[in-house]
Amino acid sequence: MHVENLTLAYDADVPVVDGLTLEVPSGQLTAVVGPNGSGKSTLLRGMSRLLAPKSGRVLLDGKDIHSLPARELARRLGVLPQGPVTPEGITAAELVSRGRHPHRGLFGRLTGEDDAAINEALQAVELTELRDRPVDQLSGGQRQRVWIAMVLAQGTQHLLLDEPTTYLDLAHAVDVMNVVHAAATSGRTVVAVLHDLTLAAQYADHLVVMGDGQIAAQGRPVDVLTATLLDEVFGLKATVVEVGGAPVVVPDRRLAG
Amino acid sequence: MRSRTVVLSILFAALAIAVALVSLTVGTAKLPLADVVEVLLGGGRRGTRLVVLELRLPRVATGLLVGIAFAVSGALLQTLSRNPLASPDIVGVNSGASAGAVAVIVLAGTGGGNISGIAAKVGIPLAAVLGGLLATLIVGALSIQRGVVDAGKVVLIGVGIAAAANSLVAWLLVIGDVNDAGRAAAWLAGSLNSRAWSDAIPVLIAVVLLLPVAMMFNRDLSALVLGDDVASSLGVRVARIRMVLLVIATVLAAMATAGAGPIAFVALVAPQVALRLTRMERPPLLTTAMLGALFVVLADLLARNGLQWAQVGPYELPVGVLTAACGAPYLLHLIGRQQKGR
Repeated sequence: MHVENLTLAYDADVPVVDGLTLEVPSGQLTAVVGPNGSGKSTLLRGMSRLLAPKSGRVLLDGKDIHSLPARELARRLGVLPQGPVTPEGITAAELVSRGRHPHRGLFGRLTGEDDAAINEALQAVELTELRDRPVDQLSGGQRQRVWIAMVLAQGTQHLLLDEPTTYLDLAHAVDVMNVVHAAATSGRTVVAVLHDLTLAAQYADHLVVMGDGQIAAQGRPVDVLTATLLDEVFGLKATVVEVGGAPVVVPDRRLAG
Repeated sequence: MRSRTVVLSILFAALAIAVALVSLTVGTAKLPLADVVEVLLGGGRRGTRLVVLELRLPRVATGLLVGIAFAVSGALLQTLSRNPLASPDIVGVNSGASAGAVAVIVLAGTGGGNISGIAAKVGIPLAAVLGGLLATLIVGALSIQRGVVDAGKVVLIGVGIAAAANSLVAWLLVIGDVNDAGRAAAWLAGSLNSRAWSDAIPVLIAVVLLLPVAMMFNRDLSALVLGDDVASSLGVRVARIRMVLLVIATVLAAMATAGAGPIAFVALVAPQVALRLTRMERPPLLTTAMLGALFVVLADLLARNGLQWAQVGPYELPVGVLTAACGAPYLLHLIGRQQKGR
């Protein structure tokens, strides 16, 4: 996946993402981090055709995503946007089955291939036993994993996830990140917008730091996430220590007096 | 889950047909059920045939068809806006259609006699559809925010548009000839009294053409309930489908309104009851349709004969009065539930 000179804006003249170019490494987990308002979620919307670019383009397997028919794109690119609507009473397996939409015809039941993809996705997020439970009765972390399973069932080579760990406590966030990481390990190209820097650094193969609609830095987490960068981009005074090869951000306390 | 929906659809269809058959037996002359069935199978005496086929069947058929049309319209609007309150009777579609139809009755009226010919056969349904579409267009345009229809706003703006359309209706009734206005007022209560085949056929055409089209979008609707962003990343062309289904929902409700007046609450209640009984995450179209048909013929049977059976007297109520009396408490319940959800 390749982003070329992409400019995105909600209002006519104020670009949120400004002439951004990015080569997404294939078969790896790329984490996009940045301060609030840096344009990281907007970038993901632009990469997923939820937002039309003002200029520039996004190439998927060498083709502009806006030139592909909607269904064709949905077979190649899975997206989990922020705040999806969980309908009352829908079961986990049913929600996951919706991921098969781009593969199905107008009528007819789920095929064996669909069932296999649904089972595999539920297994990947370790929710096979809860498949017949209503999603609104699951915990926040389990619910988020069901949603990820839905995107996995879509069977796409590329995955875009917008803040999949938001509102989750650390243990649940780790469960979700394990699933996301496993998806990349199995050969998919995954891009996830994350707000937790330490979590991003722990799991990402490639880290993209955004600031003011541009890429401020990118590369291996251990190379990118430095105290200088945190100060410049996030305005955060912090010490970065390395644990098991990955950087951990420890904010400096600012005490009065 | 799926089989439950199919079983319930068949059950409601069977019940609707049973109630319709009973309806055909009652009237000025009570007919044995066997005679009614004989006529429907193509036999029977001439007199019986006339009563059943020309006097009673049009009423019952109109009832079944407007039930289907209102209910499906409600299911579509509620699903599209993800709001159980967004049904055509609440968000102004029926009111817009009423204003159109009343305009034809009053302005093209002959002052006493029935309006005849082209004005009645084509004019009322056409004006109703135009009025309904206009209401939908205004509500849609006003509730769009950043290119997305705001589900909460739809209901508030719809209620406002309904009030505006209703005041237009009131004004038309005031300026109109007394006899025309009287006929319009009776029609506005939602009534199946003295329906003829010319009332049933436009609704029949609308249902036969539009229900299958709506059902072709079943799978897209199932994706759409997950949110616009999720649906569009699953390959659903959200804006286009929303537009097509909105027009279908509007035309169904407007044609039903033209056929029998704005019978209240069928469009609001039928989808929600079907939703609860089937335990689906959105109102299933076919089950809702059959339930709507059942609601209207049953309500009409009770409205027509209830007071007589209860030995109050030989009074007939318009079906709309009965559905309103049953539907209003349900509406309050829904509003209460929504408030709690916030």
